[in-house]
Amino acid sequence: MLVVTLIMTIMIDIQLTDQPLQPQQCTDFVLKAGAGAINVFIGTVRDHTQGRRVVRLEYEAYEPMAIAEMRKMAEATMQRFPVQCIAIHHRVGTLHIGDVAVVIAVSTPHRAEAFEACRYAIDTLKQTVPIWKKEIFEDGEVWVAAHP
Amino acid sequence: MVPKKSYSELSITFNQLLYMQIKILAFGIAKEIVGGSTAVIALPEAPTVENLRGVLAGQYPALEQLASLAIAVNGTYATDDQCLQPNDEVVLIPPVSGG
Repeated sequence: MLVVTLIMTIMIDIQLTDQPLQPQQCTDFVLKAGAGAINVFIGTVRDHTQGRRVVRLEYEAYEPMAIAEMRKMAEATMQRFPVQCIAIHHRVGTLHIGDVAVVIAVSTPHRAEAFEACRYAIDTLKQTVPIWKKEIFEDGEVWVAAHP
Repeated sequence: MVPKKSYSELSITFNQLLYMQIKILAFGIAKEIVGGSTAVIALPEAPTVENLRGVLAGQYPALEQLASLAIAVNGTYATDDQCLQPNDEVVLIPPVSGG
């Protein structure tokens, strides 16, 4: 069990930070000799939502659980796909248009599973990780997805 | 000689037997609904997460309007039949929207 945990630690990089994200750090982490493919998802702040102009986003996290849930979803991704390494970095705090909110990088032997694993990882993050964003518009604000 | 207890002292003791106070943490829109990042909730003795949901719904009806409300206990998503202990870290998790 200890060995499994150690191996997972070497293969998974989780970061939750209020500092600007560096996508290159994620690709550097997952680059391995046995992997022929790296897929990277970068989520950025868009300037509009349903026709309303976005001024900025404010992200907050229940940090200890967010980190634990990011690690769980990283492990679930590795169990489901032949992932060699995975890096998941998420930003919190105030973000402006064009800022990077999330980076997920995965490396796999071949390209098909790299796309699938990366998509699974970001889809799962959006469902399970306790992070919230508030969109600030010119004329109001809304917690994303809060209401049906 | 045993000092006589006043009525109010007895009353506090009695209430402590029947009720448990738990501190909850709230994030996102739940923080705005409960009016702060923490709140203290009085629950019947030996409460479950379901009991907490019932009390919350009475005190904060706006929570019922959310698309979902998960409860985390000690850093993990809890089921409704889970029992709550006085020192548990109990957190309101409105719909998450990371990414």
